[in-house]
Amino acid sequence: MPNGLPKTTKTMSSSTWFKRIKQGILTSTKEKKDVPDGLWFRCPGCKKTSTIDEIRDSFWVCPSCNHHNRIDAEEYFEFLYDEGVYELLFDNIVSKDKLGFVDLKKYKDRLVDAKKTSGLKDAMTVAVGEINGKKLVTAAMNFKFIGGSMGSVVGEKIARGIDYSIAHKLPFMIISKSGGARMMESAFSLMQMAKTSAKLTQLAKAKLPYISLMTDPTTGGVTASYAMLGDLNIAEPGALIGFAGPRVIKETIKKDLPEGFQTAEFLLEHGFLDFIVNRKELKQKLSDLIGYFE
Amino acid sequence: MQYLDFEKPLETLILEIEKIKEVGEKTKVDVSSAVKELNKKVDKTRKEIYSNLNDWQTVQLSRHPERPYTNYYISRVFSKYQELHGDRNVKDDKAIVGGFASLNDEQTVMVIGHQKGVNTKMRQLRNFGMANPEGYRKALRLMKLAEKFNKPIVTFIDTPGAFPGLEAEERGQGEAIARNLFEMINLKVPVICIIIGEGASGGALGIGIGDRVMMLENTWYSVISPESCSSILWRTWDFKEKAAEQLKLTSKHMNAFGLIDGIIAEPIGGAHAFPTETAAIIKKYLEKTIPELFAIDVETRIEQRIEKFSAMGFYDETK
Ligand SMILES: [Zn+2]
Repeated sequence: MPNGLPKTTKTMSSSTWFKRIKQGILTSTKEKKDVPDGLWFRCPGCKKTSTIDEIRDSFWVCPSCNHHNRIDAEEYFEFLYDEGVYELLFDNIVSKDKLGFVDLKKYKDRLVDAKKTSGLKDAMTVAVGEINGKKLVTAAMNFKFIGGSMGSVVGEKIARGIDYSIAHKLPFMIISKSGGARMMESAFSLMQMAKTSAKLTQLAKAKLPYISLMTDPTTGGVTASYAMLGDLNIAEPGALIGFAGPRVIKETIKKDLPEGFQTAEFLLEHGFLDFIVNRKELKQKLSDLIGYFE
Repeated sequence: MQYLDFEKPLETLILEIEKIKEVGEKTKVDVSSAVKELNKKVDKTRKEIYSNLNDWQTVQLSRHPERPYTNYYISRVFSKYQELHGDRNVKDDKAIVGGFASLNDEQTVMVIGHQKGVNTKMRQLRNFGMANPEGYRKALRLMKLAEKFNKPIVTFIDTPGAFPGLEAEERGQGEAIARNLFEMINLKVPVICIIIGEGASGGALGIGIGDRVMMLENTWYSVISPESCSSILWRTWDFKEKAAEQLKLTSKHMNAFGLIDGIIAEPIGGAHAFPTETAAIIKKYLEKTIPELFAIDVETRIEQRIEKFSAMGFYDETK
């Protein structure tokens, strides 16, 4: 699945980050520069190149054109949580193939391959930590893992994240980034929409804030459930957000789509977002927001 | 009557019966015993066909042009009905209908459902049962009205999906469905959802959160239609039969997975062949189930609803 990031980023070895964090070693920006010299990052927006270090230091946002490149859960946690320190939650929950689903490939094999190529366990990673000293539970999606598709594990991790928030009286955030439902889990995948929405009503009853951050892309069943149910719905600039994909809409109405259709800016204009936040300001904004709820 | 390809043996027999009857009338010869024999054969053939349906055939049945839609069931199941229009915001979506209905002039029910058109003109008007956000918002408005006056809610689900249109996106198709899921899970009144035809994805689920989610026997419920699944995963439209099989989308599968609460059996031959009988079966189900649900106290009912949906999913937990 495309991720928007060049293959070279894999050398960052997210597992090393984890180990360090688990060992309680704080990581500084300097230490993170374990990428060999001479690796370049080409912006999909403006095609300009910068070094991997540069782009990482600017939160994977292009210094030239402000294009917000796709990043996954750990990259968010790394710059959102103070000193890059956070605790992973429910990391032992992994997908399985209950239906024996086979298309051009077995789902079972897809899962194995996705784990291998992404270095991730599934399309959702949950963590708790402090943002400018304020505790926050974050469930963040990984586009690298089968297109960030929503299967049972995604739903279960959200459910447990919500339980954790309620038990510890903490605010909750989901960073959405998904092509939609995971077809290989069929109706089980569909029911994750119901499941996560049901769990969010429990969070609401506990009067704990839920912030939904939509990033590129947020589509399908994710949009039609938890992504749109935030006490605050916010998004990164330029993110594609919608229920139906642009291609399907185009085929249905047999017309070209207007420029900027289904972008974060379009959704803001039509009243479905509270505001758009630049990734560089995300951490400060979040701690401010949590403050408003206190 | 229209026959699907796998119903051809039935068609042949029924045409034969008609011919014999015609001959009998013309020649004044008694053909009743021959007709009786053939009718027996019809029953036997029907049983054979319908007890061996494959998944794709079930999908075809769910879309049979003569299969009853929501408005048909409303007219047959309830003694009275007043349709209520509009979402009080943008417009009246014709792909979702709803209103007050009375069960046996005794129990007021809020009935809501996707409505497909019965002919070319109506199909367009009903947008093929594909609702816009207004449809979901109208449905929610009616559900809230029912909740206010402690009336149970019955939804009939039959949609190829929520409409993927430009205006649907502008007006927040995703938000509208999400809001319904969020609100339906905590409705204080009993909610019964019945899939009567196609249960495609979020468009179906948007009116599909209930204390009892039932499927008529020859229907399907899935995250995606077999055709779209084929086009995405097989990158061609040619694998719809295979996709239907892989998606395990029939009532039998869904019931075995515990993703629905039960199957409402159709007469052998299907709802399209026996619409009156099917409506009677649905009526009987509602007569029995509504009091059962009212007997459970509100908090417990909501708790059970939340627990039911929260338990859906499969995964491994490693040590
Ligand atoms: Zn750029």
